[in-house]
Amino acid sequence: MGPYLLLIPSLALIGALIIWPAVQIGTLSFQNYGLAQLAGTEPAQWTGFSNYSQILHDPEFWLSLRLSVVSAAIMVPLTLLVGTLVGLLLARLGRRMATFVSSVAVLAWATPAVSASVIWVWLATPDGGVVDWLLSKLPHWLGGGPQWAGFSWTNAALPAYTLIILLVVWTGFPLIAVSVLAGLRTIPAELPESARVDGANGWQIFWGVTYPLLRPIFQVLFLLSVIWDFGVFTQVYIIIGELGQRDEYNLGIYVYATAFQLPPAYGLASAAAFIFMIILLVITVGYVRAAVKEGALT
Amino acid sequence: MSISAARAARASGRVPARSRRRSWTRRARRAGLNLLGLLVALITLFPIFWMVSTAFKPATEWYSLTPHPLPSHPTLANFRAVIDGSVIGLPYWNFLKNSLFVTLVSVLASSLIALLAAIAVARFRFRLRTTYLIMLLVVQMLPQQVLVIALFIDYRSWNLLDSLVGLILAYTAFALPVTIWMLRNFVAAVPRELEEAAALDGAGPLQVFWRILLPLVAPGLVATSVFAFIFAYNEFIFALTFLGTDTAKFTLPIYVQYFYGRNGADWGAIMAASTLFTIPVMVFFLLVQRRRLAAGLLAGAVKG
Repeated sequence: MGPYLLLIPSLALIGALIIWPAVQIGTLSFQNYGLAQLAGTEPAQWTGFSNYSQILHDPEFWLSLRLSVVSAAIMVPLTLLVGTLVGLLLARLGRRMATFVSSVAVLAWATPAVSASVIWVWLATPDGGVVDWLLSKLPHWLGGGPQWAGFSWTNAALPAYTLIILLVVWTGFPLIAVSVLAGLRTIPAELPESARVDGANGWQIFWGVTYPLLRPIFQVLFLLSVIWDFGVFTQVYIIIGELGQRDEYNLGIYVYATAFQLPPAYGLASAAAFIFMIILLVITVGYVRAAVKEGALT
Repeated sequence: MSISAARAARASGRVPARSRRRSWTRRARRAGLNLLGLLVALITLFPIFWMVSTAFKPATEWYSLTPHPLPSHPTLANFRAVIDGSVIGLPYWNFLKNSLFVTLVSVLASSLIALLAAIAVARFRFRLRTTYLIMLLVVQMLPQQVLVIALFIDYRSWNLLDSLVGLILAYTAFALPVTIWMLRNFVAAVPRELEEAAALDGAGPLQVFWRILLPLVAPGLVATSVFAFIFAYNEFIFALTFLGTDTAKFTLPIYVQYFYGRNGADWGAIMAASTLFTIPVMVFFLLVQRRRLAAGLLAGAVKG
């Protein structure tokens, strides 16, 4: 009886505030649940798959799904690449320099998403922003020029997501770098050293010795990055300027706007949310399997 | 040259003639690496530096067409505007108080509840244990922007909208999967023999908990509290949705976003508000930064 008693508080909270809402999303997605149902003036009716068919026939849904997939497909490899390179650099730096660089990186990581987004909007604002100023001063052969003065980064999906990707990489790479560094420290120095003596170059040492040894770490980091970057919300919400520009929604913002923008359509949004959840759960299965393989459940 | 020979040469401190040139290239390499490290640090630091620098600039300077890195006439006017609340009508302290209240209570609650669960999972073998652990992993991945729809409907019927208590409940629940997952490793690392020896000496279960388990798990509790703190202090979606239009109840993230939305052009004040929100969490982070913490946070999978 002992262990079950100890589990009651956590099960009650997780059950009531995470699992039960997830189940509700499932049932809501088959109902016409809107403002009248929320207020209780009209009962909710079961409408079969009509919410799903409406979502799947909405071009904005597909646009938002595409933006989520494409931006995650750029963010994840870029964050992993930058993070790994910085991690490898940290391992080669002297102790003082390494502490300095990793402390600065931790600052970027610790910056709250809201602050980070507001800062980046300010950096890239068309009037007075430092990014446009810098680009307009760059020489032509580097792609600079006066056409950048007053360039708006948030008015169209491509520049807005360029900004969002840079922001996500900026906040995301430190965790990768610190984890790769921690992993590198577990590798006995003899291994890369003997590979070097055998004539292997840096590239070969990384792929032949370092990467295979750190593969479990990379696997977890990759899956977590996919899950986080696919679901980026706060940064997108602030950079595209709340819910104004529908052609700049990603999947999470699309779900949120469908639910909370007037007129609220909780049932319809739940259908999109359920699709979103299924995509993430499929990725999660990979995460859980990787965790089980590492013996995390013992 | 074999590894052992290279080692022996290095250990004895003898520098063979051939490697004198190599030591010069090594120094150049070291300088190059340091330069690269400095470059990475500068690029990473720049956005934060720019936020703080803008916060101290008068409008004539941050609005100028040629931006200067440092304010030439530093001013506290931006901070004064934020702290006096001349823009929203409520002083900054009001929002700091809300944020600290919500954060501290949810950190305490989630640490306590997670410790109980971690003891159950690490000390007992029972049916459904594996199910419980897999449930924790899966639950972590359910996105907040999805669950917030159903939670909003529930909170409305439970009268928890526009309520800081509602936020505390949500933050506690959503911190639990990660904190339990992190803490169970710390509990499992405490040798069972210690507890058994204390029990043999006549200590009751409660005494074993207070005298043996709690002090040894304390570092783990610090790590999980840091996670829960960062999560609650930074949380955006729930606060945005549940607090609605009751500005007096806003937590800091919503306050900064609202401030930015309302004063789209007053970048000095916006950066001052953002600095006041950000600096405490950064100082906190640098103070507790240890390698173990990073590893622990990784193991627990922080939400972004």
